[in-house]
Amino acid sequence: MTERSAWLTTRRYSLNTEGGMSRLLAAMLLLGVVLASTAAADDSKKLRLITWADYVPADIVAQFKKDTGIQVEVTLSNNEEMISKLRATGGAGYDLAQPSQDRLTGVQSEFGLYKPIDLTKVKVEQFRPEILAITRQITTLNGKLYGLPYLWGTEGLVVNSKRAKVADYPDLCRPDLKGKTSMRLRRPTLMAFAFAAGKDPFALYSDPKAYAALMENVGKTLSACKANVRFFFDNKDQLLNGMRAGEVVAAMMWDTGGWTLNRENPDVQYVVPRSGALGWLDTFALPARGRNDAGAYAWINFTMRPDIAARITRNVGNWTAARGTEQLVDQRMQAQYHASFPEGAFKGIRWYPAIPPGLEETEGRILDRIKAAN
Amino acid sequence: MHGVWQRRLMLTLLLAPALLWLFALIVLPHVDLALLSFRERTAPREYQAGLAQYRTFFTEPLYWHVFVRTAIMSMLATALTLVIAFPIAWVITKVARGRASSLLFVVCLIPFWVSETVRALGWLILLRESGVLPVLLAKFGLTAVPVELLYHDTTILTGLVYTSLLFMVVPLVSSLESLDDSLIEAAYDLGANGLSILRRIVIPHAAPGITAGCIVVFMLTLGNYLTPNLLGGKNSQWFTELIYTQFIVRFNWEQGAAFGFLLLALSTAIVALGLRLSGQRFVDVMRRS
Amino acid sequence: MSTAEPLTTADPLSAPDLGVVGLSKQFADHRAVDDLSFSVDRGSFFSILGPSGCGKTTLLRMIAGFTLPDGGNILIGGRSMQGVAPNRRPVNMVFQHLALFPMMNVGENVEFGLARRGVQRGECRRRADAMLQRVGLAGASHKRIDELSGGQRQRVAIARSLVLEPTLLLLDEPLGALDLKLREHMKIELKQLQASFGTTFVYITHDQSEALVLSDHVAVMNRGRFEQRGTPQELYYEPATAFVAGFVGANNHIVGRLTGVDGAIAEIETDAGWRVHARKSGTMTVGGSVEAFVRPEVVSVEREAALLPQDHVRYAGEVQSLLFDGANSAVLLTEERSHFNIRVALPQTGRLASLEVGERVSFSYDPRRAICFASDGAATSATGSSMPASSHG
Repeated sequence: MTERSAWLTTRRYSLNTEGGMSRLLAAMLLLGVVLASTAAADDSKKLRLITWADYVPADIVAQFKKDTGIQVEVTLSNNEEMISKLRATGGAGYDLAQPSQDRLTGVQSEFGLYKPIDLTKVKVEQFRPEILAITRQITTLNGKLYGLPYLWGTEGLVVNSKRAKVADYPDLCRPDLKGKTSMRLRRPTLMAFAFAAGKDPFALYSDPKAYAALMENVGKTLSACKANVRFFFDNKDQLLNGMRAGEVVAAMMWDTGGWTLNRENPDVQYVVPRSGALGWLDTFALPARGRNDAGAYAWINFTMRPDIAARITRNVGNWTAARGTEQLVDQRMQAQYHASFPEGAFKGIRWYPAIPPGLEETEGRILDRIKAAN
Repeated sequence: MHGVWQRRLMLTLLLAPALLWLFALIVLPHVDLALLSFRERTAPREYQAGLAQYRTFFTEPLYWHVFVRTAIMSMLATALTLVIAFPIAWVITKVARGRASSLLFVVCLIPFWVSETVRALGWLILLRESGVLPVLLAKFGLTAVPVELLYHDTTILTGLVYTSLLFMVVPLVSSLESLDDSLIEAAYDLGANGLSILRRIVIPHAAPGITAGCIVVFMLTLGNYLTPNLLGGKNSQWFTELIYTQFIVRFNWEQGAAFGFLLLALSTAIVALGLRLSGQRFVDVMRRS
Repeated sequence: MSTAEPLTTADPLSAPDLGVVGLSKQFADHRAVDDLSFSVDRGSFFSILGPSGCGKTTLLRMIAGFTLPDGGNILIGGRSMQGVAPNRRPVNMVFQHLALFPMMNVGENVEFGLARRGVQRGECRRRADAMLQRVGLAGASHKRIDELSGGQRQRVAIARSLVLEPTLLLLDEPLGALDLKLREHMKIELKQLQASFGTTFVYITHDQSEALVLSDHVAVMNRGRFEQRGTPQELYYEPATAFVAGFVGANNHIVGRLTGVDGAIAEIETDAGWRVHARKSGTMTVGGSVEAFVRPEVVSVEREAALLPQDHVRYAGEVQSLLFDGANSAVLLTEERSHFNIRVALPQTGRLASLEVGERVSFSYDPRRAICFASDGAATSATGSSMPASSHG
């Protein structure tokens, strides 16, 4: 009897498992596939990159190939999938990954998926020092650095100002917006509602008991709010479509999504919530069993070149950690940036600190309960 | 003696690829999963044997709730599929003749030429508030404004029934095809009416087909991930989703593995119960389907 | 008569059990039943005999109610069956392949109809057991259908119908699926059953032997019409048409032209120039084409011509093949001049059993016991050749 879901998960698992026999078998299978498909390819001429959608424009890949002879193979993913895939192979299969900075050290201490960054191979002077400092602080474990900053942004509120007035996250739960809001059923939402309630969840990371109590409370708030949520979105396009169709009038969302909609419809705006914007930052990290570190460092140094970084910003809509790109992008982006982050506001961004191992289990259960609430 | 030995060797060699396949891709991963499910984390990269994963399931009402809900909804979907598929199979085998019958069968098959994802997305387009059906309903004045038809249990059931229909129609058609028309005429001749013919002749004859269809549909439905997830949206609460979440989103493979085994146990138990209640034997049923 | 099925209208005692009036049924391009009228007397065994496709099955299904007639009427026990569904007719049917319910045991099969009439469970059981006993299956009610022999199934099928005490029992070639020996046995059993129950049987078959052995009356059906109705003896000895003559009994079929008439005896000459004589039936003109039928058993064969009766024309022939079949043994002779093959029955005493292939013999027959009809091309197509139709189709 093949029970379908178990089959689904085991199939995923059988190719990826950590343990004994099946790992050997999976490795053999994998080896066969790899040998068959890339027998002729030289590892140093290929960079296997796992990253987010839109993060790597095709023309940049083409230019990198021209400059260095290295072909970049891109796999699109998200934080959870990136970690799952690397965990399944024990850190093999990719030469460079781009997880968010808060998801690095916890995963590293738990599963050992990454290898430390060798700063001597990085052109450190290309990075904005204040951002590099944040990343160094968050992604250092036992004295070793595991991440370099790549792209950053904030999460806040996107609202159709003609149809709703929203100033902070709890406004999404106002009765007049019933069935017209959206958010992700992920941990940032928990953080946002905790801050909006006047608490500081980050400060409680080290106190699991107090943290669990806080999350319980946030969970209750969000369960009560569920009727207001039309759908919990899983990807950016799902939300953008909902807002374009008018089914959703206000949502918790990344800044770039708001800016994208704003270009189509000036009524839609990105709003920094009263309780503050939450800063996310995606990194460069080296998978433990990557085969082309030299290529990875070359790619890091290449993308942080001001001209290249500016092209990425123009393409993605978010700012990179590279220095001196501001003058190289168009007026509107500069204006949007300064509007969202006036002098000094950058310092006010609440960066997600590294998540300690085990914390997500607590959050997971809360999220499951919200999903099950009626 | 020599001949027997040779035949055995031959049989073993012939079966070897299939057995190896079964072992490598089904048995091994399941054994590994089972081991995983009996493991609990004590500190980073430190684990010990234990029942914590199963304990979590039994102490957290949420997981229980979703588990039971998935089982009940699956049974409901199976029953609905049977009720809808039976007349279809009846028309295909006993009413329509020749080309009309084949054509009807193809009509049932056509939706399965596109992937389940595309089908579910089709429903999404049809049922969302700004979608075709709500707009039409509002236009004809049946509802004041377009209403959201997605994210209800009814929507999930509709999607599941639609997805499973063919898997019920096929075994039903094959079991009804073998029903001699003269049995129905004989019963009619002996004074039976439509209902008693159905109850005494048709259903007992089609029982293996009905059971086979129900088992297949039930297992497909219980293990379905996509349809409840897409059509149920924020309210889907399907057990496979919990498994997916544990594996992929929470990296809690131990918990996911335990959930997987619980689901396996559930489907085995319900299928066994169904077989017992309908007085069928699994081997016979699978041969018939 | 069953009290559960009250008969109304006409006097149930005087009306025949089955009356058919002007019944017709047209299928796409062929007329299955063509303006047919007949009646069947109470308690009689009536057979409808015909080749496949003659319309007999359609007729039976119209009587049972499974097929609606285009025109005409069916009366059962004097009551019109117009608008009466099969499950409401006082008629039961024994199907060609019996159609016993494999999902039920023997007892449940027999009780099925009673239960549908709302008879109490205990009473059902009692009546079914009594019926099984009458058909010689006492104690078999717990057996599964597939545990029964062919003959036992036959009896269950009949018991299942007769337990409902129908006015009329229809039987659709129920012996067709049995092997020869069992079939011979079941013929006798069926006749005894019918006699002991006294229920009117309407039996359809393409097997003339079944029809002749079983029936009080037989109708020979062809192209949706009855060619002839009568007792088995009438059909055999006095066939009304060439079709009946060819279809009933093994008959030598001789086609030729009428060359002369002497009283009741016609003289016929075949294309090959063989001259034969047969009793004239109906009108015919000299020079017109005719067909004669000579039964194998009316032909005498001898090694020496002198042993044959003096007043019959004698022919010379050669033994083509021997058809040994015990008491039914025959020999196939080739007439010397025309090379016509004729089947001749051998004396049952076994006197000529030693004939050998290639031997020269003489033969003759009484022309009054042969019969000839004016040719009606199509009507004879059922036999088609000079070889007699096989008795088991």
